[in-house]
Amino acid sequence: MYEKNGEKYFIVDSHMHFWDASRENWVQGRENLAKGWIDCFYGYHTLAPPETHWTWEHYLKVSEDDLMKDVFEEGYVDKAIFQSTYLKYWYKNGFNTVEQNGALLEKHPDKFIVNGRWDPRDGEAGLRQLEQDAARWNLKGVKLYTAEWHENGSRGFKLTDKESYTFLEKCRELGITNIHAHKGPTIWPLDKDAFGLEDIDQTATDFPDLNFIIEHAGIPRIDDFAYMAVQEPNVYAGLSVVIGAHMHARPKSFAKFMGELLFWVGEDRLTFGSDYNIWTPKWQIEGFVDWQMPDDEAFTDYSKLTTATKKKILGLNAAKLYGIEVPQECRLPEPPPIPTQPGEQLVTEESPAGAQA
Amino acid sequence: MRAAVWQALGTVLDPELDEPITDLDFVASCTVSGDGVAAVRLRLPTFFCAPNFSFLMVADAYDAVSAVEGVTRAEIVLEDHHASAEINRGVAAHAGFVATFAGEADAELEELRRYFLEKAVVAGQDRVARPLVDAGIGPDELAELTLGSSPDSPELARLRERRTALGLPADDGAPLLIHPDGSRVSSAQVPLHLRRARLTRLGIEANGELCKSLLKTRYADTAGTG
Repeated sequence: MYEKNGEKYFIVDSHMHFWDASRENWVQGRENLAKGWIDCFYGYHTLAPPETHWTWEHYLKVSEDDLMKDVFEEGYVDKAIFQSTYLKYWYKNGFNTVEQNGALLEKHPDKFIVNGRWDPRDGEAGLRQLEQDAARWNLKGVKLYTAEWHENGSRGFKLTDKESYTFLEKCRELGITNIHAHKGPTIWPLDKDAFGLEDIDQTATDFPDLNFIIEHAGIPRIDDFAYMAVQEPNVYAGLSVVIGAHMHARPKSFAKFMGELLFWVGEDRLTFGSDYNIWTPKWQIEGFVDWQMPDDEAFTDYSKLTTATKKKILGLNAAKLYGIEVPQECRLPEPPPIPTQPGEQLVTEESPAGAQA
Repeated sequence: MRAAVWQALGTVLDPELDEPITDLDFVASCTVSGDGVAAVRLRLPTFFCAPNFSFLMVADAYDAVSAVEGVTRAEIVLEDHHASAEINRGVAAHAGFVATFAGEADAELEELRRYFLEKAVVAGQDRVARPLVDAGIGPDELAELTLGSSPDSPELARLRERRTALGLPADDGAPLLIHPDGSRVSSAQVPLHLRRARLTRLGIEANGELCKSLLKTRYADTAGTG
């Protein structure tokens, strides 16, 4: 919990990792990819305030103690949701697997939620694995990396692939309701690259009982994302990277992103994620609670954030998605106002031709 | 001659960021030998920048530099990238993207280029129209505005270039605000159209800023030789 000016914020870090990019974990012959990946992440790391920077060596792999300290002791987080990322093409034991994350969950069952993953290209074996993971870790969500390379030579998949639907139906059956998809900065895809959001649009319509949390809000394709999200009530914007990469390094971009997301997606469908170990949560939470839409003329179209908005974004929205109990003192007064995203009205008012704009 | 080569490189755009690679500091070095061999080294913000965009830039740089009068051979090398070897070999051999990434890629890149040009045209409408909106010009007037009656600016020239490249109307009589198919935006559609255009512009420009930050960090000690 984070407390500031008498306000108590329940914090759900809905997108974080416990990765292993150490040299021992690099696949022989693919060291350049393993190193290149973590170098790329380290570049993002340096967009945080300088006093929070780690050395590159430390960045490769932190200890369990480091994580507990960074996230819970110093980072104010009440509940952290692990998003598993495999990348076994160049990390021998995986970058951040369900097993690695699950080991921490077993030690600290009240602190973590572990999300699983699936890959439609794994076929029947993948389905069985998902069943096992769901039973073992009580999965409520999965993280999907649609641009992930596969040993079969494929460089990615889409949620609309026939095989993906089989997995989504399996999620439904297993009670896995939160589908986090990485749709963010353009790293490493080939043809079936990650930047397209069309597959989310279609899939969200076909699976209205599942929630689709689009990590990194589709940035830089925020236009495609926002215009899709305004029309799909089960699509959420994960603010991982949105806050981490921009709030400190590019404050004007950050203000505009927030203004646009609040306008199109609305405060009930934005979720905080620190993206640890890319960045630590502490500075992001402190900074976000202190943050306000600037008064300059360039931002007058955008609404100011209320304390309630920040509480929702930092924890209450994700708590709702995952059924996390929120202490009374951190809840918003009931019944909460029913906000709409202003953008919806603009779209509804328009003639259908406007949709092509 | 080096100046001419540099100018040619200035016509090469990062397709996603819609900015010249020279402005983005993607040119690590550029030299021309006495016998007209132009050697250009390119670099990108991360090791994992998308290979399709990267390929386009290297191939475009090759074409632009090769066309400079007096250049006998263009050697364009992409450094420090996970697909450097394939891309450099493929471009030098004029192999095309699909052949270069045989078994991995199944479409050439013109569609991708078009996708980003369309974005640039949407964003460009905001760049030209935003000052007018700020000055209090309403939807009716904006819908009637043509390229010829829009205030002249580098942004307007850039918008015309992008529209021309896509085969969209770019003459003085063409409306400033158009849908992707080139049709006029009605005054009722103006608010949503501009709101979306602004969002598209934000995505492109913020990405450009981010890439510049990452490049600066990655090559902190070695400024490009612009």
